[in-house]
Amino acid sequence: MKLGNYIIKRSLLMLLVMFGVVAIVFAIVHVIPADPVGALLGGNAPPAVVDRMKEQLGLNKPLFIQFIDYIWGVIHGNLGNSIQSGRPVVQDIMEYFPVTLQLSIVAIFISIILGIFLGIFSAVYRNKWIDHFSRIFSILGVSMPVFWTGLILLLVFYYILGWLPGTGQLSLFVIPPERITGMILVDSLLTGNWEAFWNGLRHIILPAAVLGYAATASIARITRASMLDVLTQDYIRTAKAKGMSKKVVIYRHALKNALIPVVTIIGLTFGGLLEGAVLTETVFGLPGLGRYIVNALLNLDYPAIMGGTLFIALIYSLVNLSVDLIYAMLDPRMRA
Amino acid sequence: MILEKVSEFMEKRKPIFEDWKHTFYLWRKTKLATVGTIIVLIFVVVAIIGPLFVPYDPIVQNMKDRLQPPSFQHFFGTDQFGRDIFSRVISGAMIEVEIIIIVSMISGGIGLILGVLAGYFGGVVDEVLMRTTDMFLAFPGLILAMAFAAMLGPSLINTIIAISLVGWTVFARLARAEAMKVKNQPYIESIKALGAGKTRIISLHVTPMCISPVLVQLTLRMGTVILTAASLGFLGLGVRPPLPEWGAMVSDGRSFLVEQWWISTFPGIAIAIVVLGFNLLGDGLRDIMDPRLRR
Repeated sequence: MKLGNYIIKRSLLMLLVMFGVVAIVFAIVHVIPADPVGALLGGNAPPAVVDRMKEQLGLNKPLFIQFIDYIWGVIHGNLGNSIQSGRPVVQDIMEYFPVTLQLSIVAIFISIILGIFLGIFSAVYRNKWIDHFSRIFSILGVSMPVFWTGLILLLVFYYILGWLPGTGQLSLFVIPPERITGMILVDSLLTGNWEAFWNGLRHIILPAAVLGYAATASIARITRASMLDVLTQDYIRTAKAKGMSKKVVIYRHALKNALIPVVTIIGLTFGGLLEGAVLTETVFGLPGLGRYIVNALLNLDYPAIMGGTLFIALIYSLVNLSVDLIYAMLDPRMRA
Repeated sequence: MILEKVSEFMEKRKPIFEDWKHTFYLWRKTKLATVGTIIVLIFVVVAIIGPLFVPYDPIVQNMKDRLQPPSFQHFFGTDQFGRDIFSRVISGAMIEVEIIIIVSMISGGIGLILGVLAGYFGGVVDEVLMRTTDMFLAFPGLILAMAFAAMLGPSLINTIIAISLVGWTVFARLARAEAMKVKNQPYIESIKALGAGKTRIISLHVTPMCISPVLVQLTLRMGTVILTAASLGFLGLGVRPPLPEWGAMVSDGRSFLVEQWWISTFPGIAIAIVVLGFNLLGDGLRDIMDPRLRR
């Protein structure tokens, strides 16, 4: 199959999947017997008030019509108004998402660097103690609950040692940079606000480290496996036989080819990051999309729940789609 | 006489035993898997017999002993309601075991049945199933589980339902792939020729062949199940206090973190050790099953 056709096919498929995703989200919120109006007004509001509220929210229409209305809204970029904030959900998402994005980007850098190095060490020193150590170290990362690791790191580095700042994005005394992208680090760089940049960087270290460490294991595992594959191939033996140094063989010859499969895992890793972001944002008090969704869920703010989960699913699917496309470009066998 | 029968039986089954022996040998050689297995075994034993030996009631409050640091009376200290954290951690193990077992049965079962049907019949049935799994896989697992759990209402049963509803897709895909391989085998052809019906072929001859890959995958995912349950508990969307669920216990101690660090710390360590056990076991299993290493 030609690359162009593959891209078109995958994109159409994704449209179909997104339609199903809307249906799932809608079903979760409307079919499962939670009572958003009750949550909003309290249990013993008079029936007349409840009815009026239902009418206002469009909850008195038949489910099917509500679904069509919602789809129509989604197509036009309208996800309804959040019950809690009273603002359009889209506007809320645009405000909260940059925080999550910035956190995920820093975290994924950490996990890629850490994961690839651990993977190389494991493969080169296969079944030696370095291998065991780096495998246990990376598996430990994916085994510790991120919310707990976050709390412990806060306890140690903030409360006990005082090396790093605590929760939030910036300290209270720092003037936040003018909002351009919504990402504090980027905005402070763009406006040349070095104090905010430095302060923001110190704030993001702990949550990004927690999140990145948790995502390291899968990258390390796939790097190890694929390095082991590559290291046994003929051209590596030839390179060694030519008398090239171990470093050159490993980093220049082997690593390049070993990294191709690693690309695929990064998409999956991103899903893990989004999950972890929900928890780290809660622990570190970051105003990101994850915390927005948790708050919406705890308060049964259903337009926000639907909008937030939908948006996360969209981002996740887009990342996976682009990873698949990149992979198809790198490896033509995948286009089947 | 009996001995003869036994040795005859052994002789017939020799290849199977050899295979098991080889697997056992590989398992022992894979150090990480051995360590993981031991951790998991200890966890299960503690969950089953632990509650008989805990020094204090894990649920009843005892305000005069509140917020005590770890000591010989209370190994892990006490929480803000005076409950012994050691007893709560030990009793909590059973809750995690329950979650693992029931989630595995539900999601594995749904996945196996739907996967086998889709793989065997193909065509429209298959297309519908595959697109449905695509839709479920478009969400990061925890996010979807959070939504299910919040809408169903926080409780142990709903946690189990939510995690199962999210997890079945992987098993469905596995079972489907396996069923597609099996259905074209000559022995299925011969059973058909003998006049066996579809129900019989699927339930007695195709499904059993698909069970073992699903079982292996279930084992690989048990760590994730615990982490998801604990995360739901931590966020207040899962198992509710006073039940000693580990994630909820970590959350309990959050406001006391600085002065009374032990409330959050010990349940978290319990989660980390058990999940580490499952993950080491899973990693080892992957190594053992890798044909390149299986020589």
